Amino acid sequence: MPKVRYVAADGTERGIDAEVGDSVMQTAVWHGVPGIIGECGGNRSCATCHVYVREEYAALVGPAVDLEDDMLDLAVAERRPGSRLSCQIRITEELDGLTVDVPAEQQ
Amino acid sequence: MVGAGQAGVELAVSLRQGGYQGTVTLVGAESHAPYQRPPLSKGYLAGDGGTLTLRPAEFYRAHGIEVLRGVSVVGAVPVVGADPGHLVTDDGTTIAYDRLAITTGAGPRRLDVPGDGLPGVHYLRTVDDSDRLRAIVAAPGTGRIVVVGGGFIGLEVAAVARTLGRRVTVVEAAPRLMPRAVAPVVSDFYAEAHLRRGVEIRLGTGVVALHGDDRLREVELSDGTRLPADVAVVGVGIVPRTELATSLGLRVEGGIVVDAAGRTSDAVTVAAGDCVVAPHPLTGDGLVRLESVPGAVAQARVAAATLLGRPLRGPAVPWFWSDQYDLKLQIAGLADGHDATVVRRDGDTLAVLYYRGETLLAVHAVNRVADYVAVRKALAARATIPAASATDPATPLAGLARPVTPAPVTPAPVTPAAPVARAADDLLTRAEQ
Repeated sequence: MPKVRYVAADGTERGIDAEVGDSVMQTAVWHGVPGIIGECGGNRSCATCHVYVREEYAALVGPAVDLEDDMLDLAVAERRPGSRLSCQIRITEELDGLTVDVPAEQQ
Repeated sequence: MVGAGQAGVELAVSLRQGGYQGTVTLVGAESHAPYQRPPLSKGYLAGDGGTLTLRPAEFYRAHGIEVLRGVSVVGAVPVVGADPGHLVTDDGTTIAYDRLAITTGAGPRRLDVPGDGLPGVHYLRTVDDSDRLRAIVAAPGTGRIVVVGGGFIGLEVAAVARTLGRRVTVVEAAPRLMPRAVAPVVSDFYAEAHLRRGVEIRLGTGVVALHGDDRLREVELSDGTRLPADVAVVGVGIVPRTELATSLGLRVEGGIVVDAAGRTSDAVTVAAGDCVVAPHPLTGDGLVRLESVPGAVAQARVAAATLLGRPLRGPAVPWFWSDQYDLKLQIAGLADGHDATVVRRDGDTLAVLYYRGETLLAVHAVNRVADYVAVRKALAARATIPAASATDPATPLAGLARPVTPAPVTPAPVTPAAPVARAADDLLTRAEQ
């Protein structure tokens, strides 16, 4: 199982063994990771699952495009280069070790 | 919590996150683990294979939330003084309570015409309903599907069925689609979208009877037309489930009446979600039923905070969405009472801004996310976007927000900074911090 690491603003890290095909948002919600809310259920409609993808995984994950790109402007935390809605990141074997920072404002 | 839908789950989780140490019991009438409903008429119906379950069983265990499934509450005795209240369930057991949250949701409004009980007549509210309907809309052998009601649910089902190749007719009693929810220009936009994809639409005509023998054969319209039909899907609104509230003597007016803090007319009972009517979330006026997941979640958080003795304050901009084909309709605010609109149309995208006087009330945006985001932020900041500045669809709305009430012009020794719409001030999660 690929592992996803969620890093809180205070540096606390949670590593979760994720199911391939699930989203980074759903994995977090199911395991109660603070700060990833996913109010709309993964529909790109609420921007409450905003995360910062660490630079070393940014190329693998890819950037936000189209609708997601616009929705990120609704997020409570500032946008940065690695900003993504985690509901739009599907977990694959290649993403093993994926590390995302959870914005302080969402926690 | 009586009712294990989105509101009930959110309330239970919020109680724990708020530090509540007592027993938390979530009573659900359905046999399934608590799940989200919006996909039932969208992706799940289309077979996208996504998960509906809100939280895994381990989550509830870890948070000390007891989840009862397949249990209906059939009677109740209210809390009196120091004596706890009691809920009586359909399996004969009694659940004592000190505080009660009613999150019973709503059921589909029945068509109530002759023949409405025929096999082949479907409603859509539960995952079981969606599973049954999924088998029908996915089957190439399914004949004509008549969708009764041109609201969100009906049109989403029509879109899924048509995308899967079925023949679909939508019947709407009003002269346009989604009449209670959107402006005529949005109705027309969606009518065009459905027609272009081969859906037949009958407007301004109701259904007076359903005919068949061992199953549905025809749908009879008020203009006398008889439409051949293998299947009818009825989406004519919802009816809040208020029986429990009524039995407890709570105030009910088209929904359980709650105040801005989620309190019912009984001091130890809160309510949230589709079963309630609450003051307008932005103006505090009247009593409105939001009929949406974001509304249910926001109300549940407020109600939980009230139970914890820490009432939440802060604006909550209502928002909604509907997916039909590749069209994403996003709504922020409530358009009721508008007297002016600005229409921003550019090709296959559309946004309508709704105003009362200079006050911005709402936006309905189709594939125009930036417009939706800009208005939602403005509403959260209690700002407006002057109509005159918003008319050109090529001009981004971001940055156009202005205070609703301009500061006095003279004398003005200090120019107050214009409140800039900050990101998502409406989210109650922030107010909790």
